[in-house]
Amino acid sequence: MVKWKRLPLNSNYAVAYAVKDADVDVIAAYPITPQTTIVEKIAEFLANGEFDAEMIHVESEHSALSALVGASAAGARVFTATASQGLELMHEILHIASGSRLPIVMAIATRALSAPISIWCDYSDLMNTRDASWITFINSSAQEVYDTLIMAYKIAEDPRVLLPVMSAHDGYIMSHTVEPVDVAEDPEDIRRFIPKRRDRINILDPDRPVSIGTIVRPEWFYEVKYQQVVAMREARKVIKEAQEEFASRFGRRHDVIETHMMDDAELAILTYGGIYGTAREAVDMMRAKGMKVGSVKLRLWRPFPADELRKALSNVQAVAVVDRAISYGTPIAGPVALEVISLFYDEKDAPKVISFVAGIGQRTVTEYDFVGIAEKSLKYLSSGSIPKETIYWGVRGVEV
Amino acid sequence: MASKPVYRTVFDIPREEYFAPGHGLCAGCAAGVIMKILTKVAGPNTIIVNATGCVEVATTMFPYTSWKVPWLHVAFENAAAAASGVEAAIKVLKRKGVIDPNKRINVVVVAGDGGTYDIGFQALSGMLERGHNVMYVLYDNEAYMNTGIQRSGGTPKYAWTTTTPVGKVWKGEWRPKKPIADIVAAHRIPYVATASPSHVIDMMNKFRKGLDIEGPTFIHVLQPCTTGWRFDPRYGITIARLAVLTGMWILWEMEHGEFRVTVPVPKRKPVREYLKLQGRFRHLSEEQIEEIQRMVDEEVERINKLVGRTVIGPVEE
Repeated sequence: MVKWKRLPLNSNYAVAYAVKDADVDVIAAYPITPQTTIVEKIAEFLANGEFDAEMIHVESEHSALSALVGASAAGARVFTATASQGLELMHEILHIASGSRLPIVMAIATRALSAPISIWCDYSDLMNTRDASWITFINSSAQEVYDTLIMAYKIAEDPRVLLPVMSAHDGYIMSHTVEPVDVAEDPEDIRRFIPKRRDRINILDPDRPVSIGTIVRPEWFYEVKYQQVVAMREARKVIKEAQEEFASRFGRRHDVIETHMMDDAELAILTYGGIYGTAREAVDMMRAKGMKVGSVKLRLWRPFPADELRKALSNVQAVAVVDRAISYGTPIAGPVALEVISLFYDEKDAPKVISFVAGIGQRTVTEYDFVGIAEKSLKYLSSGSIPKETIYWGVRGVEV
Repeated sequence: MASKPVYRTVFDIPREEYFAPGHGLCAGCAAGVIMKILTKVAGPNTIIVNATGCVEVATTMFPYTSWKVPWLHVAFENAAAAASGVEAAIKVLKRKGVIDPNKRINVVVVAGDGGTYDIGFQALSGMLERGHNVMYVLYDNEAYMNTGIQRSGGTPKYAWTTTTPVGKVWKGEWRPKKPIADIVAAHRIPYVATASPSHVIDMMNKFRKGLDIEGPTFIHVLQPCTTGWRFDPRYGITIARLAVLTGMWILWEMEHGEFRVTVPVPKRKPVREYLKLQGRFRHLSEEQIEEIQRMVDEEVERINKLVGRTVIGPVEE
């Protein structure tokens, strides 16, 4: 039996505990709000000898991820964390990490992007990484943060996958908010779930020399990149397996999406991250008033859980997708809304998709906002006119 | 005290090859010679971290590679950061018993002037300051040769490049070469040296020291570039030698703060001898040649003062 101790942890500390329990070998990180307390906590663990790792105090996020590419290529289990501008500075190496097929794991405490500068939460930073070929989880609770980070190593290091994993949680809303979290009493229980392996080909070993990161001509490049497409496809299966094994070993079940009151719902509210709990609360409030509303949480962003979402949304008349990022200059500006629309494109009797943007730069999103979003969506539905453009919820001076 | 040289004659050059022929470097490119010698000195227990540049693209055209030792390329500006990661990984994996703790594995960066003076400078400074056990080899061909001869912080004054062309107003590069080895030495790392492929034994001993000394070490190698410097491929090593003999390129080392010139030049040749073989200096006026001569004279004086005696002599026609 695995023993747990319940600790009061914010999501940043939940990440740090997971890194310790996963026996990570190399950590390279650069301070940035609201991520910083993750690496501070890890440094504290190392300073007290609570686990053994090399911490590289790099001079930038670009070097943080570059150092991890080197460390992972040398066969180590690695970790970094960042947010916002730091993630942007890493952007070049995001693609190199996935293209080099290195199982790097990174935590993101999501934050808005400059300019103007905002240290507060939204998902502009994470959504900008969409096409970098990283498996991307978005967590909604500190327990999920701890569990996902542990599963991330299982998934990333699977020989069928060998792709890096990003595990995100809301800056401040989660990174600095304390929740009860069950962490392993004995880290060995976690380590038995994610044993380290050295069987991949891309390890810099003098006994078995390989060249990693070579130049590839047009005759081969397409095939190499197609392998990433295949790996992402495989990842969907591997993620399911990891979740199953995690549930049977540890008794906590996670899935790529989560639904609430969806059996007879006419309208679904779909969102992700720390505000999902608020959406759920709003659904309960609306149910009490007899409104047939349910909620769907997106926990896995890449690979996109298309089948699961199609199934979950098959019986609703409409889905209101609440994004916390803006893709500027396109009628539908919500990144997740775009994906949901593409799910049902050209399908008969498909649910109507209504795109909302909210919570930009941590503009507060309450239960009443979700109630308002639901009421507005039902009104659109009954009038038979679904907006073809994103609705910017809560921005002052704009009538919705 | 400076440690003793390991290699004395050409017969001391190891026979084993770890840098295979068939690569795509230009005929007459001195970088190939430098890599061949570097890998001979470093041997099989070596991991090369290569910045983007001529050596990277020319030696690893998939599905082929010239490297018989493990080799990693990440990007242009981060070879020192990636090498920091490789070194840290080896350290912790030895501690955890995954890698044999008694096995010595060299971590060597190979980067050009663009990847060192300019875009890679921040990562380099970070690696030096953190004290990683990595030897950084800069092959300096004094411009962005891989993209087609654009000026870098390593381009010498008055050199023609495609971004400092010679026209009615511009007369080639107008700023002096950045003293990168001095800047690196200012990080107080245990070993910094300059080298030239014309002085192979000297270069080999510097690679040897760079690998043997604990901590970050830096070897700055001048690399004549037939394409960018505009000379007949047969003159590459000759030009490298003339750089040393004219005092344009002084061969020195700084070991634990102790500075010494490893190849004294009692009688210097005029810089004209070095400049005249290269098309990139073809446009120089007499005044400009005299100015370059004065710059070299001043640098020689500075070095002699540093050593405390005349190791680089006066110009003799």
